Amino acid sequence: MSQLNLLIKNGRIVDPVNNLDMVADIYIGQGIIQEVGPNLTAPKEIDILEAEGFIITPGLLDMHTHLREPGFEDSEDIESGTRAAVHGGFTAVACMPNTKPVIDNAAVVRSILARAEEKGSCRVYPIGSITKGLQGEELAEMGDMVKAGVVAVSDDGMPVANSYIMRNALQYAKSLNIPVISHCEEPTLSSGGVMNEGYMSTVLGLKGIPAAAEDIMVARDLILAETTGARVHIAHISTKGSVEIVRAAKDRGIKVTCEATPHHFSLTDNSVRDYDTNTKVNPPLRTDEDLEAVIAGLKDGTIDVIASDHAPHTIESKDVEYDYAPFGISGLETSLPLMVSNLIIPGELSWMQTIRKTTYEPAKILNIKLDGIRKGSPADITVINPNSDRKVDTKNFISKGKNSPFDGENLKGWATATICNGTITSLS
Amino acid sequence: MGLHRKDLLGLEELDIGEINLILDTADAMKEILGRDLKKVPTLRGKSVLCLFYEPSTRTRTSFEMAGKYLSADTSSIATSTSSIVKGESLVDTGRTIEAMGIDMVIIRHNSAGAPHKLARELSSSVINAGDGQHEHPTQGLLDMFTIREEKGRIKGLEISIIGDILYSRVARSNIWGLRKMGANIRIFGPPSLIPPYIDELGVYVCDSMEEAIEGADVINILRIQKERQVRGYFPSLREYANLYGMNGDRLRTAKEDVLVLHPGPMNRGIEITSEVVESSNALIEEQVTNGVAVRMALMYLLLRGGKISESVKSFN
Repeated sequence: MSQLNLLIKNGRIVDPVNNLDMVADIYIGQGIIQEVGPNLTAPKEIDILEAEGFIITPGLLDMHTHLREPGFEDSEDIESGTRAAVHGGFTAVACMPNTKPVIDNAAVVRSILARAEEKGSCRVYPIGSITKGLQGEELAEMGDMVKAGVVAVSDDGMPVANSYIMRNALQYAKSLNIPVISHCEEPTLSSGGVMNEGYMSTVLGLKGIPAAAEDIMVARDLILAETTGARVHIAHISTKGSVEIVRAAKDRGIKVTCEATPHHFSLTDNSVRDYDTNTKVNPPLRTDEDLEAVIAGLKDGTIDVIASDHAPHTIESKDVEYDYAPFGISGLETSLPLMVSNLIIPGELSWMQTIRKTTYEPAKILNIKLDGIRKGSPADITVINPNSDRKVDTKNFISKGKNSPFDGENLKGWATATICNGTITSLS
Repeated sequence: MGLHRKDLLGLEELDIGEINLILDTADAMKEILGRDLKKVPTLRGKSVLCLFYEPSTRTRTSFEMAGKYLSADTSSIATSTSSIVKGESLVDTGRTIEAMGIDMVIIRHNSAGAPHKLARELSSSVINAGDGQHEHPTQGLLDMFTIREEKGRIKGLEISIIGDILYSRVARSNIWGLRKMGANIRIFGPPSLIPPYIDELGVYVCDSMEEAIEGADVINILRIQKERQVRGYFPSLREYANLYGMNGDRLRTAKEDVLVLHPGPMNRGIEITSEVVESSNALIEEQVTNGVAVRMALMYLLLRGGKISESVKSFN
C-alpha cells in the first residue's frame, strides 16, 4: 500500500495516550508522524487536510466486536467487519470467539490473524474462549492461544454458569496476565427472556430478563476476582445494580474493569414498543433508571470503556417474530456518533474522557501498546467532524449487518477520515 | 361508520368510541344468531383466512362461523399441515396469502407481536386472535359484551380477574378494555404469576381470595396451564385449587348476582369447580355465543363499514 503523506492543519488533537488536548498540525510523511505542532510547513506537493473545528484522536479501538468469521460469513466476515470498523472511525477491533469453529485453540487464532493480515482494513485482536466450544465445562487452551496472539478470554454470549469453572479460569488467566471478559447472565433467571423484565415486558407480553440475572453474576465474578486476584472485565454492563456493585468493588481495590455499549446509554426498553427486532439485544435495553446509572458510571469512571458489541445479523434472521430473532445490534458504524450525540454534546462526558474510553483504557486492559499521536510513530488517527449531522441509513452500512435500531435517526459527530497504520482506510 | 383502522391488534390502542361501536354492532349481530336462518349476505365476495400457529378449537371455529354467517368465504390454515412446517417465514406466508386475494387474515400466534408484524406487511386487514402473552382482543371484547348485556353497564363495576395473570393475554385485553370503559379491576393469583408493574395499568393487586371475591360484580377465572407447576410457579395443582380455585363455598361469599366468566377451555376441579360452572352465576356458554357476535361485528366493521341497520336489517 502507498504510504501516506499528509498535513492535517489546525485540528484539535485529543490524545489521552500522550495526554494532549490542543490545536495543532500533524505532518505525516511516509505513513509516519514526522511532526506535531503549531504552524507546520511541509513540502509543496503534499496533500493538506484543513481540519479546523475537527477533532483528531488516536485511532479508536473497539474491544467488543463480533466479526462472525469463521462460520457465519453471511452475517459478517473479517473483510466487511474491519471495513465497517474503519468506516466508523476504528483502527483496531478485538473480536469475540463465538464463531464456528469457536476460537478455542491456537489454530483458529492463527487463521483469524492470517485472514486479518490478508483481508483486514484495521488491526484485529482475537479474543479466545474461556471454555472449549463455549460449553462452560472444560477450560480452553488459554496458554497456547496467548502465544498465538489472543489478548483476552471470554465466553461472550454464553455465561460461564459453573462457578467452579469460572474460578479456575480466573486463576489460569491470571498466570497468563490476560483479563477474563465476563458476559454476566444468570441463565436460570434469564432463560427464555427476550427483553428487559419490567413494565414494558408486562405490556408487550414478552418474556422478560430481570436485572437481577446480570447483577447476581457481576457480584459472583467480583467475589471470585477478589479471592483469586485475577483481572475481570465485565462486558456490556446494563443495569443500575451492576454499576453500583462494580463501583463498590473498585472502592475495595478489586481488579475489575467494565464496558458499556452505545445502545445502553442511548435507548431504553420503550424502543421495543413496536416489536422491532432490531431492538432485541443481550443484555436487553433497560429502563430510564438504568440508562442514567450507566451514564453516571461513565462519568465517574466506574465504567472504563465504551465498546460497540457489534453483532451483525442477516436481514432474514431478524425479519421474524420478536421471540425468534437473534440478539444483537450492528454497532461499529454508529458507535462514534452515538458517543458524540448522546454523551459529548449533552455535556455528560468531555472529548478527553470519551476518547480515553475508546483508546487508552481498552488498550491498557488488553495489554495493547498504543503510541498515540507522537512523533516517529506510524500514523493511526481518527479525524472526527463533531458538527457533521447525518441521518443513520443502514443501507449505507459497510457491515453486512443492517440490524440497527438507530436507522433513520439524526446523529452528529461522524468520522471524516480514518488513518490506520500509515494508510487512509476510510475517507468521507 | 366503520372502524377507521385496517387491523384490530389489541384493545390498548382502541378508544371508548370504538369499543362502544363494536359492542353496539355486536348487539345487532347477536340478533342474527337468534334467527332460524342465520345467514346474511353482508360480506359476500369477501374472503377471510384463519392462520393459526397454535392449536385452538373455540376461537378458530368462532371466527369461521362468524365469517360464514356473514357470507364471507372462510378458510383455515393450521401450521401442522402447512408449508410453515417446511420453514416458511411469517412474512413470506403473509405475502403468499395476500397474493391469493385474501381480504382479512385472522392470526393466532404463540409469539407476542406476530400479528403486528403481519399487519405491517399486508394491505389486508389483520385481526389478532391471540398473540403470545400479549393480547386477545376479541376475547376482551366478548367479555365486555357479556358483562354489558347482563349488567347494563361496565362503568363503575368491580371486576376481579383471578389466576395466571403473567402468561395471560386474556387478562391484558380485559384490563385495557375494562379500564377504558370505567370498571375497577382487581387481580389475584400466585405471586409468581403476577407480572411486574401490573399496578401501573391501573389495577389493584389483591392479597387474598377473600379480598378478590368480596363485593365483586364480575369474577373472571383464568385457565391455569398445568405446565406452570412443572416450571415451579406454584407447588401443586392441589394447592392451586385450594388457594386460587373458585368453588361453591367461595361463590356463596360473593355477591348474589355476581357473574362468573371463564375464557375456556376449563380445568374443572382446578381453577373452577363443576358446582360453579353449573351455577346460575356462570355465563361461560353465553360467552361463547357472544364471541361469535363480537367477531361478526369486527369482520363487518373492518371489511365493510357503513350503517349496520341498512346492510343487516334489509335482509330480514
